Amino acid sequence: MSINRRNFLKALGLTGVAVGTGKKLNAAAAVKKDNDKEFYAILYDSTLCAGCQGCEWECALEHGLPDPDLEDIPEVGKIRKTNETRRTVINVFSTSKGEVYVKNSCKHCNQPACATACLTKAMYKTEDGPVIWRDEKCMGCRYCMVSCPYDVPKFEYHSSNPDIVKCDMCWDRVKEGKLPACVEGCPAGALTFGTRREMIAEARKRINDNPDQYYDHIYGEYEAGGTSVLYLSPVPFEEIGFNTSVMNKPYPELTRGFLYSVPAIFVLWPAILLGINKATSRSNNQIEEENE
Amino acid sequence: MSNTDIALNRENGRKSVWSFLASEFKPKGKLFTPFNLISIPVIITGVILIVIRFAKGLGAVTNLSQETPWGLWIGFDVVTGVAFAGGAYVVTFMVYILNLKKYHTIVRVTVLNGFLAYVFYAGALLLDLGKPWNVINPIIGNSFGVSSVLFLVAWHFLLYMIAELIEFSPAIAEWLGAKRARKILSGMTLGAVILGITLSTLHQSGLGALYLTAREKIHPLWYSEWIPILFFISSIFAGLSMVIFEGSISYKVFSDQISEKDHKSHHDIIHSLAKICAVTLFVYFFMHVLNFVHGKNYEFLGTRMGHWYLVEVIGFVLLPLVLFFHSYRRRNLLLVKIAAVLTMLGVIVNRMNVTIIGYNWDAPVQYYPTWKEIVVTLAIISIEIWVFRWVINRMPVLREAPSWAKD
Repeated sequence: MSINRRNFLKALGLTGVAVGTGKKLNAAAAVKKDNDKEFYAILYDSTLCAGCQGCEWECALEHGLPDPDLEDIPEVGKIRKTNETRRTVINVFSTSKGEVYVKNSCKHCNQPACATACLTKAMYKTEDGPVIWRDEKCMGCRYCMVSCPYDVPKFEYHSSNPDIVKCDMCWDRVKEGKLPACVEGCPAGALTFGTRREMIAEARKRINDNPDQYYDHIYGEYEAGGTSVLYLSPVPFEEIGFNTSVMNKPYPELTRGFLYSVPAIFVLWPAILLGINKATSRSNNQIEEENE
Repeated sequence: MSNTDIALNRENGRKSVWSFLASEFKPKGKLFTPFNLISIPVIITGVILIVIRFAKGLGAVTNLSQETPWGLWIGFDVVTGVAFAGGAYVVTFMVYILNLKKYHTIVRVTVLNGFLAYVFYAGALLLDLGKPWNVINPIIGNSFGVSSVLFLVAWHFLLYMIAELIEFSPAIAEWLGAKRARKILSGMTLGAVILGITLSTLHQSGLGALYLTAREKIHPLWYSEWIPILFFISSIFAGLSMVIFEGSISYKVFSDQISEKDHKSHHDIIHSLAKICAVTLFVYFFMHVLNFVHGKNYEFLGTRMGHWYLVEVIGFVLLPLVLFFHSYRRRNLLLVKIAAVLTMLGVIVNRMNVTIIGYNWDAPVQYYPTWKEIVVTLAIISIEIWVFRWVINRMPVLREAPSWAKD
């Protein structure tokens, strides 16, 4: 793949409005407009994370969520979960290589089950990678929550106009060329932001440079068909609470066969039914005629 | 009849229709029946709970959580209720497609039942939506989530309700004495039936396909890629068992409406339906066994969930299957009814297992419905029975059509 216009403009250091213009120019060119676009991704390196919860604070500030509870800090043996008031959480696990911190949030799948499940496209995979949720389209059916293999989308059960709450990779900031709040606010440098290709290359490089420090696997490279949040760990991922039973195929494939059968049935069924109807009514008539 | 005659009739008709409707909307029959005494407080409580639910959010009334986003209202009201409404497409298939005239006497009541089930149980879906005012988005908006199974199910609910209304509409026309309308609407029946059966095939299985993406969340004994097919097949005997069950009640409660001839043929119909139930139950049972062997989930049989799975498959599939076969061979009506009730319980158990009990079965906190969720569900069923009774007492559903409407 050659350098596309978007990356080219970025390389020139143009951001914001210039990116918008770039999109327009791309549209004018109208050749392989979206196909060249690469997903953004976040690389989380748990060997660097110190568990300071800076990302949690930055995230709450950015999205107008309540401040993280000072009583509720990461502890071994306790699993803190994201909920309608926090989009990302840090947990700590006791492993064969000592205590390891893990940041949990939406993984922004390449082919998200939640967005495929959404019948109004409220849950939406943007061309740049972040999976976002759009208030004005959502009808609150919560099928995204049923579908997500990571149980990411959360629902405001105690609101008369409830929202779905999940990490959107700070889509509003990313559009303006800024870093996601958690990445910008991480003092330990455990979070890196870039295109998915760059992040995978970076993750590989770190594993290659320090094979003793890392477990040789990038979680999210293939899990659920590939995700836009990639994880590095010093230990096997089961030890730090990851769901390792997820498929390596995209989840929307589970319903693909069923959905493909729909048009076939829609064409075949009426024809077959009408045929049976004609056949049975004609044979009835024939018998009646014979009887007469 | 000349044109002026028709015009005159229409003039007269229009005036009298309003006074006729006004008289029809007055209640008939006693108010203080046991059913009314139970259902009225349930409905009032249910309506109050629904108001609270919309004022304060789902959390105020339900036990739903971030781990269990779909509870009783989806798992029972929608998924199970729609399976029980499957009788309509099976019976219309036999009457209008296979031209089996024998079943003609039960077609109207079955379609009415199916239609009301969709209106009320799919209607119950609205209670469960966080933002029900956005429900029009997938219908009219510019946001068609066509890759979603739920999009398919939602559209099919809507279209199927229309198809069933058309199938039932001749009865409404007969009630109103609208002769021309009846003629036009009867002409649409075959089209509506064909559309209805096609839609039913897809959304009965679609309700199962909804759960295909929840691969890690549903217990392996209940999760398989066959869920859509199992849901479809079980909707056949679920619907027919409902027809048997509802028929045996209706034929007692509304016995004054049923002619001597229909009374006699009804037993014969029930035995034939029992035969169809037995055959479809056998296919269903066979598929369960295949599925179990194919899934290689033997190690789960020793666990609590495994025992529960055996109870479902043996107690609520194999047992009613045997009972149906026996009842058919001995022409024992009581046995048919017992088998029908067992089958219905089995369908409830199966849908609960897929949607609630087997869903996040290993989560530390298990979902169970609150009394409020149960009361709202009972209120919806009660209102449906009220409307059903209202229609039966007024329109020619169980009783014979007026003489002018005979084909």
